[in-house]
Amino acid sequence: MSIHDLSVPIAVPARSWRDRLGSIVPILVLAPSLAASFVYVFVFTGWTLYLSLSDSTLLPSYGLTGLDNYASLWSNRRWNIAYTNLFLFSGFYIVGSMAVGLLLAILIDQRVRGEAVWRTIFLYPLAVSFIVTGTVWSWLYNPVDGIQALVRGLGWSDFSFALTSDRNHAIYAVIITGVWQSSGFAMALFLAGLRSVDPDLVKAAQIDGASVVRTYRKVILPTIAPIFLAVAVIQIQFAIKTFDLVAALTRGGPGISTTFPAIYVYDLMFQRGEIGEGAAAAVMMLAALAVVLVPYSLWVVWRRRAEAGNG
Amino acid sequence: MAELAAAIDLEAAAASRRHFWSRFAIYGLLTVFAAIYLIPLLVVVFNSFREQAEIARDGLISLPKTFRLEAWAQAWSTYCIAGTCQGMQRNFLNSLWMTIPATIISTLLGAVNGYVLSKWRFKGSEVLFTLMLLGVFMPGQIALMPWAFVLGKLGLTNSTYGLILVHVVQGISFTTLFCRNYYIGIPDDLIKAARIDGAGFWRIFWKIIIPLSPPILIVTVIWQFTGIWNEYLFGVVFTSGQAQPITAALVALTASGTTARSYDVMSAAVLIGALPPLLIYLFGGKYFVRGLTQGAIK
Repeated sequence: MSIHDLSVPIAVPARSWRDRLGSIVPILVLAPSLAASFVYVFVFTGWTLYLSLSDSTLLPSYGLTGLDNYASLWSNRRWNIAYTNLFLFSGFYIVGSMAVGLLLAILIDQRVRGEAVWRTIFLYPLAVSFIVTGTVWSWLYNPVDGIQALVRGLGWSDFSFALTSDRNHAIYAVIITGVWQSSGFAMALFLAGLRSVDPDLVKAAQIDGASVVRTYRKVILPTIAPIFLAVAVIQIQFAIKTFDLVAALTRGGPGISTTFPAIYVYDLMFQRGEIGEGAAAAVMMLAALAVVLVPYSLWVVWRRRAEAGNG
Repeated sequence: MAELAAAIDLEAAAASRRHFWSRFAIYGLLTVFAAIYLIPLLVVVFNSFREQAEIARDGLISLPKTFRLEAWAQAWSTYCIAGTCQGMQRNFLNSLWMTIPATIISTLLGAVNGYVLSKWRFKGSEVLFTLMLLGVFMPGQIALMPWAFVLGKLGLTNSTYGLILVHVVQGISFTTLFCRNYYIGIPDDLIKAARIDGAGFWRIFWKIIIPLSPPILIVTVIWQFTGIWNEYLFGVVFTSGQAQPITAALVALTASGTTARSYDVMSAAVLIGALPPLLIYLFGGKYFVRGLTQGAIK
């Protein structure tokens, strides 16, 4: 419905100037937010894109150098580590938190007592910042004071759990902490999905004599399949933007072993004075997000249209 | 008949045994996971009350034998971060003065925008809405240099006002999305009737839309508050030292390994930083979860 439809019944000539003013008000109200969003989304992105093609180093500079920054970015060993980490992290993080989240959601869905309490416990990490989570887990991973010390103190004297001080395994510390923080989120979405499954469908399966496991596998989980995709897409977004967690947990170390694209951008722009190449890395992050989100959004729109078409 | 009854009894007994063990497994698993989730929190809470000497002796993960509040006092007002010994209070207040205005402004703008985009649609408003939505997905990194330039020009570098501006602009797309999707559900006939009665844009907003809004406004406020309070990237890039919000100060605090690590004070500091969003979560959990699921199904 448009404003024009609405204004037809009251288009009395004497009030027409007020009407005309009235129809501008919504646009005037929206204008500042629109302008801000436009600048934020398009101007800022274009600006960074331009910087990525420029010879900026310590300060922004606007002499174009073509794709030099991208060439130097992709030949950089540290960037190589950053995106390898991103792939590794995304894979384990998404599968891990979806698996734990689904398990928790199914457990809670078995008409357990004190559901609200369980849910509160599994979701609270989402309320606190990655900085808090990362800091606390960095202590737990600390071999001298944390989990390793605890287990050794209990008598298992050669127990070893020193992920964050080992360059080959530090990334797994980031993965474990990430899964810990966000599986509650997956649980919340899965639980909402499980609750939306038509109870008659489940009853019919049970009357047919299907076991609980079979009912889940054949009836319930297939109907919530879109939620799996939604959770995965959101988690990939988190993964691509991962910055705080690593900054607090490992600071990209030991050495450069847990560098992530976002850490790389920050480092190049503000620590090393390589603004051009940092901008190129930021553009790559945006590209990665687009690769995931554009097809997904198109699919969502297509599915909605298809559903609307089917009535 | 008796045989049949006995058979049913047997089957029932077997079923109830199975039932017992499956219940046992369900609660057992839930308890194990609950422990994994709660132990890190308990460790920090305990350590904030333990003496550093005890932590050094017994390790981080241990039941407390001592109880004192000194670490909290130190973390709040006297602990040194990078040479300045004023604890976290300045940073806590920075976060508060950044988060409250940014939350209120972005929520109000979101409500008005959502109202326009759902009830006063005009030609092209759907396209504009989609463009605004893109802001939800943008990585902060792509805006860092432009923001640095803009904040510099406005004289807002290293200031809470600068961060408020950044968070409001970044938050508009979220708040608009939340409110617009909620207002879509308010019947258009209600608005039409009000217009026929001569009510204008603002009158309808205040008299009809706002009274129907508390659920979505609470969701939006909680979402914005926790998001802005917990944000780190903009805080660490655009401010330094005493002007930093608490997330950036926490990283600086735990990084300054000048002397032996004082886990007691650092634990208290971490809790000071985590408390506001945790309290909001505990008291507004329902709305917090609603925000999460709505934010997800965008």
